[in-house]
Amino acid sequence: MNDARVLTRALADPISAIEIKPADWPALLSIARAERLDGSLGYRLADLPLPDAVRSALDQARRDAEAGRVQALWEVEMVHRAFRASDLPLILLKGSAFAYAGLPAAIGRQIGDLDILLPRDSLQAAEEVLLANGFEWVKNDDYSQGYYRQWMHELPPLIHRDRGSAVDVHHTILPLTARRTPNAAALIDASVALRPGIHILSPADMIVHAATHLLADGDLAGGLRNLWDIDRLLRLFSVDRDFWPALGRRAVLHEMREPVALALRLASNIFATPVEPRIAGHDRMRDSLFTRRLLARDGWGRETRPISRLGFYVRSHWMRMPPMMLARHLWTKARAG
Amino acid sequence: MEAMRRLYAGYPAPEQGLATLTALIDAPRAWRRWIRPQAAIDGDFTLPGAIPMAIRHGLLAMEMAMNMQVALGERRHLLLHAAAIERGGKALILPGESGSGKSTLAALLGEQGWRLMSDEFVMIDLVTGLALPFPRPISLKNSAIPVMEALIADSSRFGPLLSDTPKGMLRHLRPSARSIAAMDVPAKPALILFPRFGDDAAAAGISQSELFMRMTEGSTNYVALGQPAFETLIEMVRTIPAASFSYPDTATGLAIVEQFCAEAGL
Repeated sequence: MNDARVLTRALADPISAIEIKPADWPALLSIARAERLDGSLGYRLADLPLPDAVRSALDQARRDAEAGRVQALWEVEMVHRAFRASDLPLILLKGSAFAYAGLPAAIGRQIGDLDILLPRDSLQAAEEVLLANGFEWVKNDDYSQGYYRQWMHELPPLIHRDRGSAVDVHHTILPLTARRTPNAAALIDASVALRPGIHILSPADMIVHAATHLLADGDLAGGLRNLWDIDRLLRLFSVDRDFWPALGRRAVLHEMREPVALALRLASNIFATPVEPRIAGHDRMRDSLFTRRLLARDGWGRETRPISRLGFYVRSHWMRMPPMMLARHLWTKARAG
Repeated sequence: MEAMRRLYAGYPAPEQGLATLTALIDAPRAWRRWIRPQAAIDGDFTLPGAIPMAIRHGLLAMEMAMNMQVALGERRHLLLHAAAIERGGKALILPGESGSGKSTLAALLGEQGWRLMSDEFVMIDLVTGLALPFPRPISLKNSAIPVMEALIADSSRFGPLLSDTPKGMLRHLRPSARSIAAMDVPAKPALILFPRFGDDAAAAGISQSELFMRMTEGSTNYVALGQPAFETLIEMVRTIPAASFSYPDTATGLAIVEQFCAEAGL
């Protein structure tokens, strides 16, 4: 056992888990927890004849995910109530969107912060409403506030003083300094209303956002969970025969053709997700670097392949900002300790 | 590793050798394997900011790593930060922070006719409301160490003496064979006592609402379990008598406990 394949295999092909030897279960469970996929695994393997101890551990993971789901939906409700009074729209992103819409990616998924998207000209109003409803800044120093407002795609993080829950208010899906510029207005225009005042992204945009999140906005830490989202969503969305052409068009519109293509190839490689070859394109040499990075775990659930991780860490900052700005940012961060 | 094996001698191995939680101690930085080696606490569930310990305290680090997995990961039962002992199928629960003396009282009573259920975590079954044992080695601190050494002739039940730990002097004690053999036998919670070591002997009642608040504060998974935990805890505070007491020395503490137990029919 030398990487997270044991987890991806069990997720993609649950029946294969029956063959897992007792000695291999501890590693699988540790890796699943480290990748925050233990709840998803819990539901995928729910009805299989597995050892009692494993069933109990998976049952626990399901309970945890269910409690988290209820909590996340409550948070959506609270922010919705605050926004409704001011007539602000609420577009849910990522985990909260999956849970609210009942999408398969939500099954067993842990949901962190509430991520929402707003038109940039509504940001000020949203900020005031949230501050008036018990949310507070996590970082209130001038540099952080200025950094987020000038360069980032979201407000500085806010945390509710009683509930302890965090909300990330985005006005687009990539930092303003990033090389690519997704079309935020188009994301909002195409969003789908689930009920008055609560929207989610259109299916194609949701995949573009998931690919952005996985590949264009971070160092791929915890990336397997994002890739599993993509697998779950693609298997559902591709039932609609208009979906693939729409995905191709939206990927181009948001300047995300290569990241979307790569995300599709990685999903196909790691989770055997059926994908449209005309959008996914051909395997490239560097695909294996991404696969190696995504699967870098040892049998204790620890991250391995430090050089690969460092490479992707540097890459994540390189994509986010031009070199001089990066140098200034890291210098300020280092001095602030 | 050798110290761990000796401390856990007599414990049953997991079925098919299958463990479902991983606790880990490891060098915080690669060079810490060789230069002033340290052990960082790690595992499936971790808290940021845990301070690494000297490698000679590795046994304590491992116990803490295991405790952290339970404290942060347990979702089947309501977890109470408390010691518990059992007599006649009824359990006395002793919640308290470290320093309250709960471990020492439980360890002493565990050698005097009671069955030690746990010295750190009591698990409450969310369906039956019964207390489930968790008889891990007891961590004896400072003055409790000579007290227990004088009481227990079998030196193989003690771990190595660890000096200058973050908690002072520390020595682990394996619970009695009877306690380990009954690790799957639950008991009905019949009395909750909050000990406080140091002050003059005194006792005070605790209202149901105060008891509820104290129990939620002492539980690491009450919030995460949601409604079932609320219902279980409400039932507990309505039906189980509770009090707090302070005591200046162990003998007085034991006498107060026995007096409360007599009144509660335990």
